[in-house]
Amino acid sequence: MIPELGHFALILALVLSMVQAVVPLVGAQRNSAALMAVGRPAAQGQFFFILFSYVCLTWAFIQSDFSVQLAASNSHSETPLMYKITGVWGNHEGSLLLWAMSLSLWTVAVTVFSRHLPDAFLARVLGVLGLVSAGFISFTLVTSNPFERLLPGVAEGRDLNPLLQDPGMIIHPPLLYMGYVGFSVAFAFAIAALLSGRLDAAWARWSRPWTTVAWVFLTAGIAVGSGWAYYELGWGGWWFWDPVENASFMPWLLGTALMHSLAVTEKRGAFRSWTVLLAIGAFSLSLLGTFLVRSGVITSVHAFATDPKRGLYILALLVIVIGASLLLYAARANKLMGGGSFSLVSRETSLLANNVLLTVASASVLLGTLYPLFLDALNLGKISVGPPYFEAVFVPLMTPVVVLMMFGPFLRWKDDDLLAEVRRVAPIFVASVAIGVGSAWAVDHLTWRTVLGLSLAAWVVLASLRLLARRLGERAGAAAGSRLRSITASWWGMWLAHLGIGIFIIGVTMVGSLDRHLDVRMKEGQRAELAGYTFVFRGAVDADGPNYDAARGNIELVRDGRVLGVLDPEKRVYRAQGMPMTEAALDIGVFRDVYVSLGEQLEDGSWIVSLYYKPFISWIWAGCVLMGLGGIFAAADRRYRRLAARDAAAAVGGRVGAAA
Amino acid sequence: MKAKFLVPLLLFFGLAGFLAFGLTLNPREVPSPLIDKPAPNFRLARLDQPDKTFALEEMRGEVWLLNVWASWCVACRQEHPLLVRMAEQKLVPVVGLNYKEVRGDGAISVRGMALEAETAMAVERGQRWLKEHGDPYLLSVMDIDGRIGIDFGVYGVPETFLIDREGRIRYKHIGPITPESLQGQIMPKVEELRRAG
Amino acid sequence: MPADPRSSLPVRRSLAAGALALLLAAPLHAATAGGAPAGIPAATDAGVAPALAADPQLEADMMELSHKLRCLVCQNQSIAESNAPLAVDLRNQVREQLAAGKDKDDVIDYLVERYGDFVLYEPPFKATTLLLWLGPLALLLGGAGWLGWRLRRRSVEVDAERALSVTDRERARTLLAGGGDAAPNTAPPESRK
Repeated sequence: MIPELGHFALILALVLSMVQAVVPLVGAQRNSAALMAVGRPAAQGQFFFILFSYVCLTWAFIQSDFSVQLAASNSHSETPLMYKITGVWGNHEGSLLLWAMSLSLWTVAVTVFSRHLPDAFLARVLGVLGLVSAGFISFTLVTSNPFERLLPGVAEGRDLNPLLQDPGMIIHPPLLYMGYVGFSVAFAFAIAALLSGRLDAAWARWSRPWTTVAWVFLTAGIAVGSGWAYYELGWGGWWFWDPVENASFMPWLLGTALMHSLAVTEKRGAFRSWTVLLAIGAFSLSLLGTFLVRSGVITSVHAFATDPKRGLYILALLVIVIGASLLLYAARANKLMGGGSFSLVSRETSLLANNVLLTVASASVLLGTLYPLFLDALNLGKISVGPPYFEAVFVPLMTPVVVLMMFGPFLRWKDDDLLAEVRRVAPIFVASVAIGVGSAWAVDHLTWRTVLGLSLAAWVVLASLRLLARRLGERAGAAAGSRLRSITASWWGMWLAHLGIGIFIIGVTMVGSLDRHLDVRMKEGQRAELAGYTFVFRGAVDADGPNYDAARGNIELVRDGRVLGVLDPEKRVYRAQGMPMTEAALDIGVFRDVYVSLGEQLEDGSWIVSLYYKPFISWIWAGCVLMGLGGIFAAADRRYRRLAARDAAAAVGGRVGAAA
Repeated sequence: MKAKFLVPLLLFFGLAGFLAFGLTLNPREVPSPLIDKPAPNFRLARLDQPDKTFALEEMRGEVWLLNVWASWCVACRQEHPLLVRMAEQKLVPVVGLNYKEVRGDGAISVRGMALEAETAMAVERGQRWLKEHGDPYLLSVMDIDGRIGIDFGVYGVPETFLIDREGRIRYKHIGPITPESLQGQIMPKVEELRRAG
Repeated sequence: MPADPRSSLPVRRSLAAGALALLLAAPLHAATAGGAPAGIPAATDAGVAPALAADPQLEADMMELSHKLRCLVCQNQSIAESNAPLAVDLRNQVREQLAAGKDKDDVIDYLVERYGDFVLYEPPFKATTLLLWLGPLALLLGGAGWLGWRLRRRSVEVDAERALSVTDRERARTLLAGGGDAAPNTAPPESRK
C-alpha cells in the first residue's frame, strides 16, 4: 500500500513540475501576474509530494518490505537501521529520487529567498527549474521506478553492498547531490536572464550566493567521498581519477571559475558571456556526470547497474536541456558584448586568465575521461586513461592557477602598475621558492614534485599573510578592533578559501612524497617497525556484528617507548553475499596518520598485517574544510541581505505601481 | 546571430553524437592483440592421461578451436551443450584448456598445497565434470596455474580462440559461444581458413 | 598611495619568511624523522614480525609498476588495488619478471603484447593518442592566445578612454578658464575590492 502511495505521489510531483515548468514561463512572456504567481505554489507542492514519495520508499526499507524490488536487492532484515535508511540511495533508482528531491529542495529555497527578485525573473527561474525537474522525475517514473514490486516477495533481501555500510556513505551522497544539483540554480538564473535579455550586475549579485552555497556543498561532498575512500578501501588511497570522480570534479572546476566570473560581472559588468557559458557549462557537466554514472558508457567502481535504454533517456534529456541553452546563448550573445573595459594589468585580466585556465583544466579532464570512448567509437582500439595521465596533465595546468590565485588579489581593478605590483610580490615569490627547496631538502626528498608543491604552498601562505597585513594596514590610524571589523565576510571568505588551497597542497605533496608502507606476518607478541613507529601485535579476537562475521586485531602503537594508542583493524565477511571487507584502523594526528589493515590468517597462525604511514594527510581534509568555510563566509556577507532588502522594497514598489 | 556563437552548441552536438554511439559499445570487452599472430606454444599435461603431454604444434595443419573452460565457471555451462552438439556434428575440432581448475575456484585455497596434489585434484574434478556434462573435446590440457592463459591474454572464462593451419590465432570469442556467434562469425571463418588451405 | 617604506619592508619580509621556514621545519622534522630503519633485527629475534615479502625492495618496485597496470576484470582498478584472481596472477608475473632482471619497459611490453594497450593506465604515445597527450597543451596555448588577443583589444579601448578623458579635461580647463558653469568630468571612484 505504502509503496503505491509513494508511486502515486511521484506522479503528482511530475504533474506539478510540468505545471511549474510551463505556466510561469508563459506568464513571464505574456507579463501575466496571475500565471507567474503559479510558480511558487507549484514548486512547493512538488516538493511536498517528492518528499512524501521518498519517505514511502524509505519506509519500505525500514520495514524490510521485500516485496519491493529495490528493498529486496539493497537491504536485509539484519542490516543496521542507519544503513536501511541510507541504502535507499545506494542504488540507481533510489539515488535518482534523491536527485529529484535535492532539486526540489533547492527550488523551494529559491521560492523562499526570492522576495527581492522581480516577478518575471523569478517566474523564469522557476520555470527552468521545473523543466529540469520534470525531465528527471519522468526519467525516474518511465525507466527506473523505485516502487517496482517483486511478486511474490522474497523472504530475505540481498543486503546493501558492504562497502556502502559506512558512515562516510551516510553523508557523502546527500552533500554531493546538493552540490551537483545546486548548480541548477545558477543555470536557471542564467537562462532566465538570457530569456529576459537583461544580464546585468544585479543579476550577477542575485546569482552569487546560490552559486557559492552549491559550490560549498560540492566541495564538502567531494572531500567526504575522498576521505571515506581513504579509510574504507584499506590501503590509504584518496583520489583515483575514476570517471565518476572526474564527473564530480569537472563541475567543481567550472563552478569555481563561475564564482569568480560572477564577481567580475557584479562589480565591473564585464565577462557576461563567460559567466553565462560557465553557468551553463557547470550544470551541463553535472548532467553529463549523471549520464556517465548510469548509462554504462564507461567502466567505474562507482557506476550503478547500467542499462543503455536508461542511458538513451538521459542523453535525450541532456541534448534538450543543454542544446536549448546553448541555442538561446547563440541567439542572445550579441547583447552580452561590451561591459567594463580594463587594461592589460588589472584584476580583471587575472580573473579572465583564471577563467581560461580552469576551463582548460576541466576540458583536459573531460578529454582524458572520454578519450577511450572516442577511440572505441572510431574503431581505433581500446585504451585506458588513468592516474598517470591525469597527474601528468593536471599539475602543470593548475600551477599557473595557484600562482595567479595569490597574485590577482594584489592587483587593482581596471588598471594597475605592473612594476609596482611585481616589486611588491617578488620577495614573497623568491621566499616561497627558497622555502620550497629548503623544506624539500629538510625532509630528504629533493625532487621536482616536492619542491614545486611546497613552493606553491609557501607562496599561498606567505602571500595570504601579506594580503591580510595590507588589508589591515588600509585603515591607517584606526584601532586594531575597528580595522578587523572593517574586513567584510566576503573578503575573509576569499582569504580562507585561498589559504585552504595552500593547506591542501601541503597535504597532497607531503603524503605523495613521503608515505611509507610495509606488509608483515605477525604472530601474537611480535612487533614491526615503520617510520619510527613500533607496532606490537596483541592477537586477534572474534568480533561479529549484526550482519557480518569478523576478526578484530589488537595492535599497540609505540613510539620512543611510549604507547600512543591501540589500533583495532577488522577483517569482516558479510553473511548475505559472502563478501569480505577490511576495516582499517587509524591513529589520526595533525602531522600524520598511522593506518593499519588486517589481512588473512596464514596456516602457521600468523596474520598478514599492512602498515601505512601517511604524513600530513589530514591537511588535505583541513584544506577542504577551509575552502568550504571560506565559501560560507562569502555567501553570508551582509551585503547580499542589505541589497536584497533594498531590491525587495523596489520590487514591492513596482508591484504596487503596476497594480495601481 | 554571429556564426561564432554557435560554436559551443556545435561542439556539444559532436560530443552528444559520440556519447550516443558509445551506448552501443561495451567498454569492458578487451579485444585481443594476438589476432593474426602465432599462438603461444604450450606443452601441458593431458586431462585424460595426466602422465602424457600435448603440445600446440601437434595441431599444425588443422583449423581448430581452443576453448578455455573450468568446472567452477558458471558461464561455461551455458555454452557446453552447444560444444557437445558441435562435436557430434564434427563441425570443427575443439581442444579444451582447463584453466586454473583448483586455484581458480573461490571456495578452495591452495596455500600450502603441493603442485602434485593440486594437479591430481584438477584431474579428478575435470574428469568428473566432463563425465557429467559431456566431453566435446578432442582432448583437454591442464593449465594449473594460469600461465598459459596469460600468454593467450585470457582474462575471463570461457574464451575461445580460432587457430589456423599455421598455428596463428585468427579470431577470439569472449564469453560463451552462442548459436548466433557460431553461425555468424565462427563457422564462416572456419570455412574460409579451410579453403585457404 | 601610502608612503613606501622600502627600506624596512624587505627586512621585515625576510624575517617573516625565515620565521615561517622555522615553523614549518620543526614539525616537518619531528614528523618525518625516524624514517631511517632502526637497524636490521637479528635473525634469531623472534619478537620481530617478518616482512610478508621476501624482498621488500622488489615488492615496492612491483607495487609501483602495478599501480600503472589495469585489472581487466575489475571495475576500473589497478592490479595493485585489486584482489581479483587475475590481478593476483598478474602481480605474480610482474614480480617474477622483475626478479629475473627484466626492467619495467620489458614487463610492460610483455603485458601489452598479450592484453593490448588497454592494460596500461598511462596511455602510450602513438598516432591514435596524439590528441590525448597534446590536447591539453593545445588547449592551453589556444586559451593563452585568445587571452592575449582579447586583452590587446581591450587595451585599445582603455587607451581610447584615457584619450577621451584627456580631451574632457582640456574642455573642462577651457570652460573653467572661460568661466563656464559646466561641471568637470569626474570619474567614478575606484573600488579596492
